[in-house]
Amino acid sequence: MTVVSLTPLDWLLSFSGGILIGLAAGIMMLAAGQVAGISGIFQKALSGRGEAVVFLLGLPLGAGAVSGIMGMATPEAFAAPWRLVLAGLLVGAGSYLANGCTSGHAVCGLARFSKRSLVATIVFISTGMAVVAVVGGVS
Amino acid sequence: MPRIVLFLLSGIIFGAGLALSQMIDPARVVGFLDLGGRWNPALVATMAGAVCTTALFYWLARRRAAPLLGGDCLAPMPTRIDTKLVAGAAIFGAGWGLAGICPAPAIAVSVLNPAALLFLGGFAAAMVIMRRLNRR
Repeated sequence: MTVVSLTPLDWLLSFSGGILIGLAAGIMMLAAGQVAGISGIFQKALSGRGEAVVFLLGLPLGAGAVSGIMGMATPEAFAAPWRLVLAGLLVGAGSYLANGCTSGHAVCGLARFSKRSLVATIVFISTGMAVVAVVGGVS
Repeated sequence: MPRIVLFLLSGIIFGAGLALSQMIDPARVVGFLDLGGRWNPALVATMAGAVCTTALFYWLARRRAAPLLGGDCLAPMPTRIDTKLVAGAAIFGAGWGLAGICPAPAIAVSVLNPAALLFLGGFAAAMVIMRRLNRR
C-alpha cells in the first residue's frame, strides 16, 4: 500500500468541506429536529414533501457555486454507464434496508454515538474496500 | 425563518461542503477505499470535520426542549443491530465501491457532470421497488 501525499491545502479543504457538511446537518437538527440523512430525505421527497425537495435542490446549487467560485475542475472519473446504474440500484436497496447511507450513518449517526450507525459504517467501508480491491477503480 | 428557507440553506451548505472537500469526485472516494493500492486519506479529514461539527450541534439540540423553529424533537431512532442492517450496509458498500459515489454527492454533482444521473436513476428505481415490496 502506498499513501497519496496530500498538500496542507488539500487537508484544509477536505476538513473545511467536512465542517460545512456538519454545519448543514447540525442546523437541520437544531432548528428543525431533522436528521440530514440523504436517503431518508430522498424518500420524503418521493412522497412529495416540499421541504425535502428544496433541501435536495440546494445540494447542486451549493456544489455548483463552490466549484465555480473556486475554479475547481469538473469531476470526470465516472464509471461506465452500466456500472453507474448497477451501483445506484445497490446503493438504493442497501440504504433502504439499512435505514441510511453515508450521511445518515457515517455523519449523523456517528455524531450521536449510535452503535447501530457505527456497525453500518464499518460494514459499508469494508465491503466498499473489498469491491474496489476486486474490480479496481472507476476508470 | 420559514422552514422551507432553512431546508434550502442547509442543502446549499451541504452541497458546498461536498464540493469544497471534493467528495463529489468519484476518484476521491475510490482513492479512500483503495486500501491495497494508492490510498487517499482525504475522506478521513472530511468525515472528522463533519462528525465533530454535527456532534457539537446535536449536543446543543439535546439541551433544548424543542427545535428552534418549533415542532417536535427527533423521535427515538432504532437501535437494533440486526441482519437487515448489516446486509443493507454490505449491499450499500458494494455499490459505493463500484462507482465511488453515494446519494448526496451524486445529487450535488449532477449539474456539473450529468453522468451522475445514471446512478441516481438506479438509486430512485431501487427506492421505489423496495417501498412497493415492503408495502405488500
